[in-house]
Amino acid sequence: MAATELLPLWVLVPLLAAALAACLPARRAGQLALAVQLAALASWPLLAAAFADRGPLTVSLAGLAPPLAIRLYLDGIGLLLLGLVATVTTAASLHALATPGRAALRPAFWPAWLVLLAGLHTVVLSFDLFNMYVGLELLTLAAVALVASAGTVAALAAAMRYLLLAMLGSLAWLAGVAMIHAGTGSLDLELAGAALAPGGWVSVALALMLAGLLLKAAVFPLHGWLPLAHGAAPGAVSAVLSALVVKAALLLVWRVQLWLGPAGGADAAGPLLAALGGAAILWGSLSAYRQDRLKQVVAFSTVAQLGYLLLVLAMPSAVAWQGTTLHLLAHGLAKAAMFLAAANLVRRAGDPRLAALAGSDAAAPVSVFAFALAGVSLVGLPPSGGFLAKWLLLQGAWQAGAWWLVALLLAGSLLAAAYLFRTLAALLAHRDGAGQARAGLPVPRIAELAALALALGAIVLGFAAAPILDLAALPAGPGGAP
Amino acid sequence: MTGWPALPLLLVLLSLATALAVFLAGEARQRLRTTLNLAAALAKLGLVALLLRAVAAGETFQWRMPLLPGLDLVLKVDSLTLLFTTLSAVLWLLTTIYAIGYLERSPGRARFFGFFSLCVAATMGIATAGNLFTFFVFYELLTLATWPLVVHRGTQASFAGGRSYLCHTLFGSSLFLAGLVWLHALVGSQDFIAGGELGDVLSGNEAAQRGIFVLLLAGMGVKAALLPLHGWLPKAMVAPAPVSALLHAVAVVKAGAFGIVRLVYDVYGSERVQALGLGHWLAALAAATILYGSLMALRQADLKKRLAWSTVSQVSYIALGAAIAGPLATIGGLVHLVHQGLMKITLFFCAGLYAELLGSKRIDQLDGVGRVMPWTSLAFTVTALGMIGVPPMAGFVSKWYLGTGAVAAGQSWVVGVLVASTLLNAAYFLPVLGRIWFRPPPDAWPAPTRPGRWARAAMLLPALATALAALLAGLLAGLELSPLGWVKLIVAREYGG
Repeated sequence: MAATELLPLWVLVPLLAAALAACLPARRAGQLALAVQLAALASWPLLAAAFADRGPLTVSLAGLAPPLAIRLYLDGIGLLLLGLVATVTTAASLHALATPGRAALRPAFWPAWLVLLAGLHTVVLSFDLFNMYVGLELLTLAAVALVASAGTVAALAAAMRYLLLAMLGSLAWLAGVAMIHAGTGSLDLELAGAALAPGGWVSVALALMLAGLLLKAAVFPLHGWLPLAHGAAPGAVSAVLSALVVKAALLLVWRVQLWLGPAGGADAAGPLLAALGGAAILWGSLSAYRQDRLKQVVAFSTVAQLGYLLLVLAMPSAVAWQGTTLHLLAHGLAKAAMFLAAANLVRRAGDPRLAALAGSDAAAPVSVFAFALAGVSLVGLPPSGGFLAKWLLLQGAWQAGAWWLVALLLAGSLLAAAYLFRTLAALLAHRDGAGQARAGLPVPRIAELAALALALGAIVLGFAAAPILDLAALPAGPGGAP
Repeated sequence: MTGWPALPLLLVLLSLATALAVFLAGEARQRLRTTLNLAAALAKLGLVALLLRAVAAGETFQWRMPLLPGLDLVLKVDSLTLLFTTLSAVLWLLTTIYAIGYLERSPGRARFFGFFSLCVAATMGIATAGNLFTFFVFYELLTLATWPLVVHRGTQASFAGGRSYLCHTLFGSSLFLAGLVWLHALVGSQDFIAGGELGDVLSGNEAAQRGIFVLLLAGMGVKAALLPLHGWLPKAMVAPAPVSALLHAVAVVKAGAFGIVRLVYDVYGSERVQALGLGHWLAALAAATILYGSLMALRQADLKKRLAWSTVSQVSYIALGAAIAGPLATIGGLVHLVHQGLMKITLFFCAGLYAELLGSKRIDQLDGVGRVMPWTSLAFTVTALGMIGVPPMAGFVSKWYLGTGAVAAGQSWVVGVLVASTLLNAAYFLPVLGRIWFRPPPDAWPAPTRPGRWARAAMLLPALATALAALLAGLLAGLELSPLGWVKLIVAREYGG
């Protein structure tokens, strides 16, 4: 009875807790969610130890052997993602508990939050295409509900748009999966991949699946819904959506590329996806520069940063994968920190516009500091996890002779610096009429510390990368690590 | 002492801890903040003194920590490190005292002193960096920590200055990073080593050697304000006077110049740079910067702007020394790292005093100021003469070694540049001195203020101390513990003597 056998609990416990939370008053439900996340955080080291011992773990559900069984699967990147999910959701729910606003006091908020957690765990641990679909659906529905929980007109409109597009994405994925199943008779990644032969219908199926994922991951040019939804959602929800939910869809992009891509003859898709990533970096950064609301800047920054996670598909070397993994973690921590800090600053000023946030450094110094630290990692300045990620990606691009990627990576961090320092300058600017009282509310200490802790995590990652990459760097494909 | 490999780390952590403590102490607790700042600065001086003794006796200290496979963060203390650390540690103490007086009643002091300490931590990291990667890490940290100081006043003008600073430095660091990635893709991580050995590791691939050199030089050249990457320095003049002192003397431009020195001597090796034909180009670039900076200084009506352009010109002496083959020019360049720092910081201290006490920011507002502020004006005069290079002042020592070194290397044209630069220096400093001492004071000063006694003393004493130090550095250059004496030790080790 080791950590391996407990793998299904990662999915079941949040689901049961969600059902329980629906019966509790909001505050108790929030504490329950926090307890579940703390338990995940506490049991993660056990899982990591088991992984370090035995490598990728597979568990067959219901005691059957493949091909009949449904398998759960944990590879290195899955392990790291579980750790990231536990860390970010813990900090974000502390933030939501400290500053509930209207959103986190709604009866549906915490059940939706826990369903989201279950969905994340399902996507990460799934090894068959249908389970992945289920996970994605849980994730999407919970995320839409959480966006809508802000209750504003903008949030409801954004949630509606998000819902429709995400459903379209799910349909595309499901259609592709159905074709794979019809062609191979299997939904298991390994078995289906082995049975695939290059051909017309396989390409169509893979294209459908990838298109669905790209829509859910908000990859350029299918990103239009993200800034609206992430900008309008409550702070803690934005943090979780930007740091985790879109990553789950990207994880599936990698899984499909690594397991089904080679057999399906979809290698050509790699450079294309990387090119989309590159366009996302440029377009997202330029758009972020032009926003006049704080949370919109951060949301467009997510569009840009997601682009980095696709570049590896054009230069699939170990170094580039390590850089991508590290980027995933660093961006998850930094972006969550940034959204929490942004929510604090907006709450303090009572106004979401950048121009109204002048003088924030005096009003909420800890949040400004957290925002700035997170920015350091996002730009990829040392010392931070974001910097080491950029360094590894640059190494990978240079070794592959992909000069356009080198130029893109360097330009990407300059653009990130441009929109983040513009934002910081707005926060540090002198406030006119400093004597006037602010319209906003005070920010509880714990909400500020939650942001700071995540931001510090992104910085510390710049020193702790070696053991993490030693433990589990690469998403495994059929032949082990790529 | 050999059992203390972590001493270089301590050098960095001391300032870092001070920065954190100052941030945590908050805005209101002024006495605690002042105590923290001064105690840390004094402790650092003690540590540096300890290291000076040990390194003079031939010891070196090294600390390393793996960041990624094949990539280490290396901190080490050698004789070249200590040249920079000693300068920064001494000037940090004095600038801190000055800044306490200068910012006596202005807002945002916790932020100011926090980032100030962070800048010094980054500078210590740059000085102790044991390989290019580590150097880059701290070099970027310095950019980050300086920006809040440049925009400290929070006005439109200061944000414009800050924007220019970031545009230049981040563009430069992209080139630096590209060069660094190229280097690592070819040969992996290379520690700094006296005499350099990159040429041997990368032998045969001269195109790559040249390309990497140019990229890295561009990265360092931005902070060292080499032509055509100098544009940010005059614009950053909107910052408060202690920040100007930090930018011009303690940390930023020095970091760039120090980087060039490391690049030439400890990565490539001076001979390799010459063999690749890069020395001539660097010398020509440095000479052009020297002349252009002086010409621009001549045209400024604002005192701080004139000083800033003078820095553009003077810092390139260091690059010039590195570009010319042979130990004599090396001595001239390296010793100028210290001499320029002492002299320029005095000039900025004085400019800040004039602006704070009288409101005189333009040069034509300095008429007769010598009668009202004799001590400040004396310090200003002594160091201005030193900058011009009047013997036996510090500036003369630098120029003498640069000139003789150039002649010994067969590059007599450099002497012409030095003479022209000296004439230009005289042309932009002497009229200022003339106004200070020989014009009658006006009926009313532009914006006179009366800060408290202690604030005045806190601003004046550092200026006098650095002026005296600049004077002694020239007069007592023959002593073993003078900057010149220490530089000769470095050069002897660098050239394998």
